[in-house]
Amino acid sequence: MFLVLSPAAFAAEGLDTGDTAWMMTSTALVLFMTLPGLALFYSGLVGNRNVLSVMMQCFAIACGASLIWVIAGYSLTFGEGQLFGGLTGGMGKGLLAGVGVDSTSGSIPESVFVMFQMTFAIITPALIVGGFAERIRFSSMLLFSMLWLLVVYVPVAHWVWGGGWLAARGFMDFAGGAVVHINAGVGALVAALIIGNRKGFPTTQMAPHNLPFTVAGAGMLWVGWFGFNGGSALAANGAAGMAILVTHLGAAAGSLAWMSCEWLRFGKPSVLGIVTGMVAGLGTITPASGFVGPGGAIIIGLSAGVVCFFATLLIKQKFKIDDSLDVFPVHGVGGCLGILLTAIFVSKSYGGMGLPEGVSIGHQLGVQALGAVATVAWCGISTFVLLKLVNMIVALRVSADEETEGLDLVLHEERGYDI
Amino acid sequence: MKLVTAIIKPFRLDDVRNALSEVGVQGMTVIEVKGFGRQRGHTELYRGAEYVVDFLPKAKVEIAVADDRVEAVVEAIIESARTGKVGDGKIFVTDLCEVHRIRTGEVGESAL
Repeated sequence: MFLVLSPAAFAAEGLDTGDTAWMMTSTALVLFMTLPGLALFYSGLVGNRNVLSVMMQCFAIACGASLIWVIAGYSLTFGEGQLFGGLTGGMGKGLLAGVGVDSTSGSIPESVFVMFQMTFAIITPALIVGGFAERIRFSSMLLFSMLWLLVVYVPVAHWVWGGGWLAARGFMDFAGGAVVHINAGVGALVAALIIGNRKGFPTTQMAPHNLPFTVAGAGMLWVGWFGFNGGSALAANGAAGMAILVTHLGAAAGSLAWMSCEWLRFGKPSVLGIVTGMVAGLGTITPASGFVGPGGAIIIGLSAGVVCFFATLLIKQKFKIDDSLDVFPVHGVGGCLGILLTAIFVSKSYGGMGLPEGVSIGHQLGVQALGAVATVAWCGISTFVLLKLVNMIVALRVSADEETEGLDLVLHEERGYDI
Repeated sequence: MKLVTAIIKPFRLDDVRNALSEVGVQGMTVIEVKGFGRQRGHTELYRGAEYVVDFLPKAKVEIAVADDRVEAVVEAIIESARTGKVGDGKIFVTDLCEVHRIRTGEVGESAL
């Protein structure tokens, strides 16, 4: 979220009950995006013998990330001071020290701000699950995800939202185009490359087993995203209202664009296509949602649908990388696209909120590109190192036989369906 | 006694069931199966990944029948299951050695 400095913020006291109520609602909406939104969306896309494993991963990550967030994540992201040479904030608020019932963060209770940000810290590692679905070992997945949260998510979030070096350069990422989407996308791509393709990919049939789950989950993601982007305004005001409006338009435009591409290219529009286009549109509008107008949002959404559609085909068909649930082409590419388009459509001449005084589109584009590249680099390298490290402690991947039998039975001794 | 096994198009199941009732058949077992003969499969497309599906859903109906009623049963199935298009299915008639009614212990034709 883009912290707008105003006299009210300096006045410090004065909880705004409207802002607080909205932020509490947004928090619930964003958690809902993970549980059960993403859990349903993802699990419907895998084979029926792995449906529970995906849900288990989402749930476990949600729980683990919550604890890590309050123990260290929140402080390292938003705490005062700097550690590790500016990579993160300080540990002054480790274990939420000093965060009490009456603590405030702007016009809302600090506890609410902690929780709202926590839901972002939860969904980002959960998104990566799509890159290694159907072959990852639960124990190594959990260890990797928790380390990834601390080593990748926290620093980038600090740079962008916690007063770090990207924020200082005027980097614009309203609700997480870089912090969430580029991070998750690149993380998933690296994981897919290191862990390797599923057995039989790409020749064996690996169709989704329950698209109704996926579509239900997609609906929850769309609605929840109102909290994701609208809540990033940190207030119940015009900025939040406009963010919701442009987010929605991004989703609608992205859906129609992907559906059209599919219709033209393959002859039929599909429901998987329309919901994937929706996610692409939403991910791409995310960084821009507090800065652009409705017209800009529609163009951003349409671009997302088209660009991410072709990116998906490229990864799957040309490079044959088994990023099983297409996290990189949708979130990674979409996030980069959105980060860059923000620089253009924030300009008043394109209906946006306006660039800062004296900043040209070209200059902002440079800053946006810098942030995107820095995120890709930090995430890519760190994810690689973490995966190699975890693999030394516990094997990342299950055995070939275990993979064939299915993770639900092998790792969890459970069966998703008994029909 | 004979076991009449019919593999039919699933949407014809209700018609077949009604036709069999009309010729006096009082019981049957239905299983959902997949298969193909001369009927071609179809393709499915998920995010650009194309899947060729050879196996088509079919319904398999099994009826235990007394020898003198086989012809009527087979004709009833053929009439009600036929659409005239490729993939209508097949009927297999096999010998049934023994039939037991579990509740009463009856054996043979009285157990049908």
